[in-house]
Amino acid sequence: MIAFNKYYNHFNLVSTLLIIISLILLIFKGLNFGIDFKGGTLIELRSNDTKINVSSLRDKFSQMNLGDVSVKKFGNDTDYLIKFENKDNKKNIIEEIKINLDKSFGNNFNFRRVENVGPKVSAELLKSGVIAISLSLAVMLFYIWIRFEWQFSLGAILALFHDVIVTLGIFSLLSLEINLSIIAAVLTIVGYSMNDTVVIYDRVRENLRKYSDIKIFELTNISINETLSRTIITSATTLLALIAIYFFGGEILKGFSLAMILGVVFGTYSSIYIANTVLVRLKVSQKTVLREDDNK
Amino acid sequence: MLYFSKLRILFISLFSLLFILIASSNLFKFDDSFFNKKINLGLDLQGGSYLLLEIDNKPVIEQKLQNLTTTVRNYFKDKNIKITNIKIENQNIFFKVSDQNKQTIIDTFTDENSDINPYYPRFKSHQLDIEDTGFNFKLSFSRQGLIALKTSSQDQAIEIVRRRIDEVGTNEPNILKRGNNRILVELPGLDDPMRVKSLLGKTANLTFRFVTNNDNDSFGVEKLKYEDGIEEATVSKRIIISGDNLLDAQPKMDTQTNQTIVSFSLDRVGAKRFGKATSTGIGKQLAIVLDGKIISAPVIRDTIASGSGQISGGFTFQSATDLALLLRSGALPAPLNIIEERTVGPDLGQDSINAGMIALAIGFLLVIIFMFVKYKIFGLITNVTLIINLFILLGVLTLFEATLTLPGIAGIILTVGMAVDANVLIFERIKEELRDENNNIVAFDSGYTKSRTAIIDANITTLLAAIILFFMGSGPVKGFSVTLGVGIFTTLFSVYFIARLFTSLYVSKNRDKEKLI
Repeated sequence: MIAFNKYYNHFNLVSTLLIIISLILLIFKGLNFGIDFKGGTLIELRSNDTKINVSSLRDKFSQMNLGDVSVKKFGNDTDYLIKFENKDNKKNIIEEIKINLDKSFGNNFNFRRVENVGPKVSAELLKSGVIAISLSLAVMLFYIWIRFEWQFSLGAILALFHDVIVTLGIFSLLSLEINLSIIAAVLTIVGYSMNDTVVIYDRVRENLRKYSDIKIFELTNISINETLSRTIITSATTLLALIAIYFFGGEILKGFSLAMILGVVFGTYSSIYIANTVLVRLKVSQKTVLREDDNK
Repeated sequence: MLYFSKLRILFISLFSLLFILIASSNLFKFDDSFFNKKINLGLDLQGGSYLLLEIDNKPVIEQKLQNLTTTVRNYFKDKNIKITNIKIENQNIFFKVSDQNKQTIIDTFTDENSDINPYYPRFKSHQLDIEDTGFNFKLSFSRQGLIALKTSSQDQAIEIVRRRIDEVGTNEPNILKRGNNRILVELPGLDDPMRVKSLLGKTANLTFRFVTNNDNDSFGVEKLKYEDGIEEATVSKRIIISGDNLLDAQPKMDTQTNQTIVSFSLDRVGAKRFGKATSTGIGKQLAIVLDGKIISAPVIRDTIASGSGQISGGFTFQSATDLALLLRSGALPAPLNIIEERTVGPDLGQDSINAGMIALAIGFLLVIIFMFVKYKIFGLITNVTLIINLFILLGVLTLFEATLTLPGIAGIILTVGMAVDANVLIFERIKEELRDENNNIVAFDSGYTKSRTAIIDANITTLLAAIILFFMGSGPVKGFSVTLGVGIFTTLFSVYFIARLFTSLYVSKNRDKEKLI
């Protein structure tokens, strides 16, 4: 049996620090919102001419009077991702760019993807993203509140907040783009983290009923160990699937799968070190679950 | 938990086979319409354009209010009430009347049978709200009035949008209302989104009006620019004929001048008015105005009584074709703005499909190898179940002709990774049970029973997240929530019926074997 409980305090400190650092990053550095939430135009280009390079393309785009333009390589050597604000929301901007590029580089570009999100739509998308995440947290809280005692709900929700905030914190730290698929990833992380926590809690509650003489500090450790191989196997298979998406699923899914990988790692960690330590700190005992049973 | 009746085995086999068959209809062609269903590919996979259009109702509201000022003035003139200081400001009409007439005004506008202010009994509201500010009257559209106006302009606009897109000839466009002032257009497999965008961006309001030098024209005059944006001309506000009078418009080649032109034919009313105008106006210039710009202003040389004519204006064949198309499909009630656009080229779509499939194959392989190494014979059971699960999932998506997107493929891969969770929970529990229990069958039975609450709890939480995403998410992300959500149900089915069936067969055969798992 591994003595997870030996490090409860240490990892509580680590988590607290992680959350504080993440919050500081989120407040002062902020998130790198993509055009879905900030508005603007995105173009994915593929050039047929290998002589064209990123700096010549960047020069050309900066001459086009588009405001703040970002030109980056995107996966392949011949693929580029161009983003700009398109403040005036010009109607024929893509056509103009096409003509301009053809003039300087010849007809060598294939417009693989064009996305243009107006300011009104991006504000709406941001709002519905925030609502979706808040709603999912609320629904999880409600579900766990019905299924378990309040001490458990608090632990599970703290673990969820931890996972979401730290994942977003890492996105802020690395300036990774937040787009619609990241919202999907965050919601899935919420589901996964909850799933993981619930499995251990289920065992904690079962053991609380079984043993009256074991303290919660010891009991959580027993429960973690009993469910440990499941925790490891499920995390491993989920991570294997996600790693396959990250490396082979194409550029578009990279951010999504990275967020999910982080979420699964932190979700697994928080189920052990946050969800359980909350129970210890709230001094949950056999009485907590038996009282509930009497009521039912 | 481990006993299966023959009937139940038959039922499970048939059910699984049915979905595998449905799933395989994506690869083969069946004559039967029930089996010949296919998963739809989202725009991100097959390539195409997604456009969200917003109707700019401001000009419509202003036009309506403009008309209303005349109506109100005339209506009360007939009742010998003089309306003074009438003006439009911020989408409100302000006017004054003498004090003794104030009550009549309020009564007229708040009467449920009012013929100047329609009443909507269903919403208990008039079209217009009237307010006595003390200084004057303020007349404005009520909330319901505004909704009715927006809905009606949306109805008209969607019809015109549909006609224009049909004329371009894209296959299976999807045109839907969103809210009361937006239109969603999905165009799969479109080669040239720019053309459609430019066609949808034009109101196509066509009028024929005389060019005049007389500023005292009784209808009023306005200065309009030519298409080139440099030259100007003063044009009367009197409309001789408008786009509504057109029956047909076609691009043609003028054999004499070798120019591309648009020829048109008029309806009866239009032909009569056009004939009259061209007979009285010989020698005058007739301006052809499209969306506030003069295309051309030819001099009338002859009376045109045939009800057909032509527009020339330095067109290329493409621009003449587009103008004819716009004129045939009619004018939009209000300008449309493209507020969101997402276009994916067909080659990127194919690349995404390939990448998704490779990721799925590799993810699947990794999980299968891992499970086999970890659980041997039970890993094999899990893996067979996983394959059947994947087919059932595809079968369900095919049955409902769901739309598969790139995030949707990610959802399937994720399902593969998470689907083993339930089996792992069961197997680990069985291992624990076997420590105190010598009877294999009893241990397996209680392993299944005791792990159930954890499995259900765990799946419900993921399902809840998927449901929220389905309702809040848009486009490709919605596809993710669909595969993730459906995957939960197929996983539970395959774990509790298929995997359990295999497990029970194996355990009954090896009931006395030690170290079974």
